Amino acid sequence: MGGTTSQLPKDLLSEYQELTFLTKQEILLAHKRFSDFTREGRNSPSPRVPMEKILTLPELKSNPFRERICQVFSTSDVKDGSLTFEDFLDLLSAFSDSATLEIKSHYAFRIFDFDDDGTLDGGDLEKLVNCLTGDTDDTRLTQEEMRQLISNILEESDIDKDGTVNLSEFQHVISRSPDFVSSFKIVL
Amino acid sequence: MPRDKLVTSESDVSIEVNAENEDDHTDSNDTGREVTRRRKTRERRERENKRKAKNGGSKGVPGHDIKERPEREHRRGKGEKRKNKEKEKTGIEEDDEEVDRDHRRAKGGKRKDKEEEKTGIEEDNEEMDKESQNQKKKGKHGKVKKLLKDEKDTRNHKRQETSKTEVEINTNQKKVKKKQEDEPQQRDKGHTKRKVKAETSSESSDLSDVEELTEEEEEDEEEVGIVVGALTPEELEKLKEAVDDRKKLVSTLRVKPWSMMKKLQTLKESQEFVEKYEGALGKGRGRKLYAYKVMMSKKWMKFLRDFENFKTACIPWEMKIKDIESHFGSSVASYFIFLRWMYGVNIILFGLTFGLVMVPEALMGRPYGSIPRKTVPRAEETNAMDFAVLWDFGGFAKYSVLFYGYYNNQRTVGWLKFRMPLSYFLVGVGTVGYSYMVVIRRMARNANEQGGGDDTSFNFSWKTFTSWDYLIGNSETADNKFASITTIFKEAIVEEQESRKDDNIHLTRFLRVLANFLVLCCLAGSGYLIYYVVRRSQKFTLAGLENYGWWERNEVNMVMSLLGMFCPMLFDVISSLENYHPRVALQWQLGRIFALFLGNLYTFIIALMDEINLKRKEEEIVKLNMTMWQASLYNGTLGVNTTAPSITADPADVPRGPCWETMVGQEFVRLIISDTMTTYVTLLIGDFFRALIVRFLNYCWCWDLEAGFPSYSEFDVSGNVLGLIFNQGMIWMGAFYAPCLPALNVLRLHVSMYLQCWAVMCCNVPQERVFKASGSNNFYMAMLLVILFLSTLPAIYTIVTIPPSFDCGPFSGKSRMIDVIQETLETDFPAWIGKVFSYVSNPGLILPFLLLMVLAIYYLHSISKTYKQFNLDLKKKLQTQNEENKKKNKRAALKAANDLEEARNASSQLQLEQQSNNNASSRDDRSLDNSDATTYQRENGHSTYPTKNRYGPSDPHRYTNRPPVPRGPGMPGYLPGLPHQPASKLARRTNLQD
Repeated sequence: MGGTTSQLPKDLLSEYQELTFLTKQEILLAHKRFSDFTREGRNSPSPRVPMEKILTLPELKSNPFRERICQVFSTSDVKDGSLTFEDFLDLLSAFSDSATLEIKSHYAFRIFDFDDDGTLDGGDLEKLVNCLTGDTDDTRLTQEEMRQLISNILEESDIDKDGTVNLSEFQHVISRSPDFVSSFKIVL
Repeated sequence: MPRDKLVTSESDVSIEVNAENEDDHTDSNDTGREVTRRRKTRERRERENKRKAKNGGSKGVPGHDIKERPEREHRRGKGEKRKNKEKEKTGIEEDDEEVDRDHRRAKGGKRKDKEEEKTGIEEDNEEMDKESQNQKKKGKHGKVKKLLKDEKDTRNHKRQETSKTEVEINTNQKKVKKKQEDEPQQRDKGHTKRKVKAETSSESSDLSDVEELTEEEEEDEEEVGIVVGALTPEELEKLKEAVDDRKKLVSTLRVKPWSMMKKLQTLKESQEFVEKYEGALGKGRGRKLYAYKVMMSKKWMKFLRDFENFKTACIPWEMKIKDIESHFGSSVASYFIFLRWMYGVNIILFGLTFGLVMVPEALMGRPYGSIPRKTVPRAEETNAMDFAVLWDFGGFAKYSVLFYGYYNNQRTVGWLKFRMPLSYFLVGVGTVGYSYMVVIRRMARNANEQGGGDDTSFNFSWKTFTSWDYLIGNSETADNKFASITTIFKEAIVEEQESRKDDNIHLTRFLRVLANFLVLCCLAGSGYLIYYVVRRSQKFTLAGLENYGWWERNEVNMVMSLLGMFCPMLFDVISSLENYHPRVALQWQLGRIFALFLGNLYTFIIALMDEINLKRKEEEIVKLNMTMWQASLYNGTLGVNTTAPSITADPADVPRGPCWETMVGQEFVRLIISDTMTTYVTLLIGDFFRALIVRFLNYCWCWDLEAGFPSYSEFDVSGNVLGLIFNQGMIWMGAFYAPCLPALNVLRLHVSMYLQCWAVMCCNVPQERVFKASGSNNFYMAMLLVILFLSTLPAIYTIVTIPPSFDCGPFSGKSRMIDVIQETLETDFPAWIGKVFSYVSNPGLILPFLLLMVLAIYYLHSISKTYKQFNLDLKKKLQTQNEENKKKNKRAALKAANDLEEARNASSQLQLEQQSNNNASSRDDRSLDNSDATTYQRENGHSTYPTKNRYGPSDPHRYTNRPPVPRGPGMPGYLPGLPHQPASKLARRTNLQD
């Protein structure tokens, strides 16, 4: 694997270190993992890896938000959730141990914002709860429970009472949570 | 707003609007020529602004009713231009309002300016703010936008919008700052570039980002202009500031939620900028120094980064723990992190005892076999090297540096004059002191990290937003997590409704009492069993251990370990009687196990105390025998003492006391060993073999073993943590009498780490009852603290009250162990220190000191109480403020909605006028506009002027028939730049930001 790691130029590596919360080893590891995906692909300067391949990573495989995560971090024009290496680093940086609460909550908000409209409305929350409770019928909440739950959530966190949770409200709620930072982590 | 006044000025307006329209017509297709358009637009705006300013100066008629004023305030955001024109014609607006508006705008410009300067330290919130500002602006220019008829797509439009708003801001800014005329050219350059930039930048980056980036670009441009010219001190200062800003930007770049491409770009730009102008800052001699400083700081940064990398690479087992974390979630990993922390603490303890006690004694003390206490007695010599004996820490192990008894009471050892007894004592104290410090520090840090958020206010939100553990990378764990989250949701809903009622409260109560009674019986039984076993083992010891088998020798430890293993299971069964909520049940369970362990430990200690007393009686007899033996050795010459035996008799033959300290140390070591062994064996049988059987017998078994009865075992986080805590308690208790204990513990923890990591990964399934890691961390630490306190109590008691053995250990010959301090003070320090010490230790001084401490504690406690109260008050205040804001927002939003509607209508009217004046527009358009006018009228039913008549004659039937509501993209009433959202929502959001 020495061959693949040396592909990353030194100055770029140091820039990546400057710009992310990752250490040198983590960046190299990420590069190694990422170049496993791109090996068979074309050799363009910044190859994109389709979302389906990224989702095969064991770290993401059982995450209910995996598709959203890819879509949020993707810089692709066609919104297909494909990632370049830099997007991938962004992802890992936001989910790393040392990332700040601000950046984590920002990305968490975007992940939960399923329709990308900048606020969490009832539909987003319903999707979110459905993601959390899994796909099987025995764990899914009933319609009544769902309605109750969503209204409770909005009751608590929708400070300006416009029926949606916006980013600042979300961050306000999250910043007081004891275990958000410790659980919002993905480690390669 | 007086509408009929507007009518009088129609022709004027139409010309203006027409000019705009033409502009847009010619340019919006062709992006290449957009630059010119931009300039034109800007100039036009400038013109307008000037006119506006002029207008502001003219005195208006203050004849408006008060009710309309706030309304206009809101309207200003949207229909500003229209108003502007109206005013121009009518000239009867209030003067003060106009001035106020200009003020506002100026303020806005200034703020924008400031923002531009501090782009480096912008936060997410500000970005949000900006976005909403943008939207505000968008609203402001709704009309201009509407006139852009041949628009391709909304995105393109949006971008133009941004630049346009900026243009306006810039012109305003200029007005405010009274800048010279040559600057706009420079600015224009910036805009040109910016426009191109905006075109080329990626589509996906959102509006505000583009804006920000281009602002930076512009700043760059400006700076270049300045540097090229002469460097006046102010400019230099400015440049320096800019460089500093860039540096700040670079250092904070990683906390920005931008895409990497953009971050890289910004970084490169900033670095280039800094490099380019940094040199220019220092002149002549200073320049070299400056460059040197810059270089050094760069090197230092690099070093720091490397060091950081190195530090993270040095954390042991990081990868292992992360691996487990990704499989089992953070709660299981928290156990291993706790284990690692324990390991670190024990390494320190080990370093203390090893470096300051064991090594000096082994190297510089008298060698083995020189004195009786350092020699194996004759009776034990034959099997002193047997493995069975060594395993029990008898034989040679007993007479070595591992135990208290080996140490000599020489005041100094070796050429270093090392104060051995003093060192031994201080290390004992230091161990306890260090442990207290480290546990409390950790607790404080944990408490800080938790932030003290109260869990009631965001109960549901937290459960929704933060309950997923992103580390989970195992589908089984994920399934469990799904299930547990669902349960949590359902429970929370039920609790919220409070519809849950106990069906048979008497039965439950009875069962709970019964369960507690059973548990108490268990505890008492186990206590008695241990006491009985310890007493029995004393009998065995008195009779001579060699006559008994393995079981009799290890009875105590085995019984304790077995109790520790089976009682928790029993408790688990009993607790199913109680029908508690799982979380409460877990707490009960933990409390009971804690009580069990504690009880066992204390029974053990009490039994040991009995044994100590026995040994001391024995010691008396030995002392008597000793004199007899000496007498026999010297044929009745009783007067001669101690120096003689070492010459004449072999040290192995000298009779010696039982040395209770070594006995205590030995007991603890044995306990640790057997505990460790039980843990490992349980691990192997309970986890590994069970997993093997379940896995492979499942092929030929009559029921599903994996899903059914035995299944795979779960990793029991709380049980394991408790085990670890009690193990540590035993270490603290015994470390004074057996210096080898920390070393043993380090070994044990090291092996545990690997063994348990392996066991978890290969034969455990993730637990169903999820225990939150962060919530329990401090719970564990609190238990550790309690255990630390409880385990130091007996150690301190024995050290202070029981006189040390007469013939073994570093304190032999003294009446109390603590006398070693006295001795050191007297002999090694000047006399006055001893005096001071004696004064200080005077009760007359200690009592006031204690009183002072109590007072201080009381004071701090009451202060913390006050702070808590203060916090509560603040929270209440915030809540009331919130309520008020909500009300205000509601009102404001309602008004804003009305105003927006009005503004739209007005602009559509303008368009209508223009169309009717200049070219023959289609009837359809007119009708639509007409309908808008109706809307306007309908909503402003209270307004004083009649507008009906104006349109009435031209198209009466349409006016009455068309519904006013439908308005979509492509229709003139719709604002194309805005995403289609209700006006009220928009307005409310902007209000929230204020």
